[in-house]
Amino acid sequence: METLPIQVTVNSRTYTAEVEPRLLLVHFLRDVLNLTGTHIGCDTTSCGACTVLWNGRPVKSCTVFAVQVDGGEILTVEGLERDGQLHPVQEGFWEEHGLQCGFCTPGMMMTAVALLNENPDPTEEEIRKAISGNLCRCTGYVNIVKAIQYAARKLREGATVHVGGA
Amino acid sequence: MIPGPFRYRRVRSVDEAVALLSQLGTDAKVLSGGQSLIPMMKFRLAEPSYLIDINPIPGLDFIEERDGMLRLGALVRESTLERSSLVRQRYPILHDTAEVIADPLVRNLATVGGNLAHGDPANDHPATMLALRAQVVARGPNGERVIPIDDFFVDTFVTALQPDELLTEIRIPAPPPRSGGAYLKFERKVGDYAIAAAAVFLALDEARRITQAGIGLTNLAYKPLRAVDAERALLGQQPSEELFRHAAELAAQATDPVSDLRGPADYKRAVARTMTLRALRRALERAQANA
Repeated sequence: METLPIQVTVNSRTYTAEVEPRLLLVHFLRDVLNLTGTHIGCDTTSCGACTVLWNGRPVKSCTVFAVQVDGGEILTVEGLERDGQLHPVQEGFWEEHGLQCGFCTPGMMMTAVALLNENPDPTEEEIRKAISGNLCRCTGYVNIVKAIQYAARKLREGATVHVGGA
Repeated sequence: MIPGPFRYRRVRSVDEAVALLSQLGTDAKVLSGGQSLIPMMKFRLAEPSYLIDINPIPGLDFIEERDGMLRLGALVRESTLERSSLVRQRYPILHDTAEVIADPLVRNLATVGGNLAHGDPANDHPATMLALRAQVVARGPNGERVIPIDDFFVDTFVTALQPDELLTEIRIPAPPPRSGGAYLKFERKVGDYAIAAAAVFLALDEARRITQAGIGLTNLAYKPLRAVDAERALLGQQPSEELFRHAAELAAQATDPVSDLRGPADYKRAVARTMTLRALRRALERAQANA
């Protein structure tokens, strides 16, 4: 079986590994690096639970091979909190009750982080469009939108955030 | 789900890709955005022995207008197309299309070239490219050839691309004055394939007669469809609601949908008629605004 060496920066830390080409990025994160915050939902490119940022762009990590991200930067939900301080997006989900079962939350938050990096003051419609690839079966999305609006306000008010990969 | 084993080769030039494709033939698949290929590999509907990753090839992600053509490099991501101001202003039909493909996360990786090369009649760009009379540029061991879009889609998941050819570029004729296009898709939810979708391109002369008409249809036959009879009915005529209804009916008659979870065939044909009619109206609005 062919294996290939890869070097990937995940949450600002650089890892090297020998991987089979067929290893999916989500399995690399969860099973090799033990970063289980990234969830596997549908496993068929539909639900967005496995969303991570690859060089700053949100992608479905169940539909990317680990070998593809060689030399790249990945940001997962574990990379959001810094020194015990929640990222404004995490704080928003806490304050606005943006989750119920929590399964979609890591992916939802990664999409929100990418959106706010690109557009610090999104309209409700822009938020809803941005998260349209992330399915939530509990909340009806109302509080998720509020959570992202909370984070946008907080970020505009000048909360300092240092996250890798973005 | 875990795909079958394969070997992975990263290429940094089109020549390198073509050389590998020539050597490996049908054992190899090209990995572009991977957003259709990887799911198919996970379901083991595709089990290539080799994946040739073309993403590292520099300079294949251009969007430029040159010599009367819009040129899209094979590696233009759908999200890039969606955000392009050139595309939004000059080719709103392409913006319409990019915006309804899958979902925003998939569009960050999915490419326009892959959307065509996959040969899936449910994909959205084929109909638009048929309406726009696009050309597909392919490079093989004997050099480059330009394939008219009418010759490109051969069968379900089968295109005119040979196993040793790489799709490198898509060319779309620049829009003449008094022209406009639109893509309308009816889908059950974001990210789904179309129940039916229609791409329409119209150009008018100074007397408001239709001089060019292109109509492409998505997911309504075994391959992407051009509604030739409907186009013919429009040519030389002045646009009217009655004419558009007639053309939409002809377009619906050209379809051959299958009954499935997205609805029975008759329903899909009815949706095709409505989508075509609405796309005709929007294309006309844009053509008039573009006078």
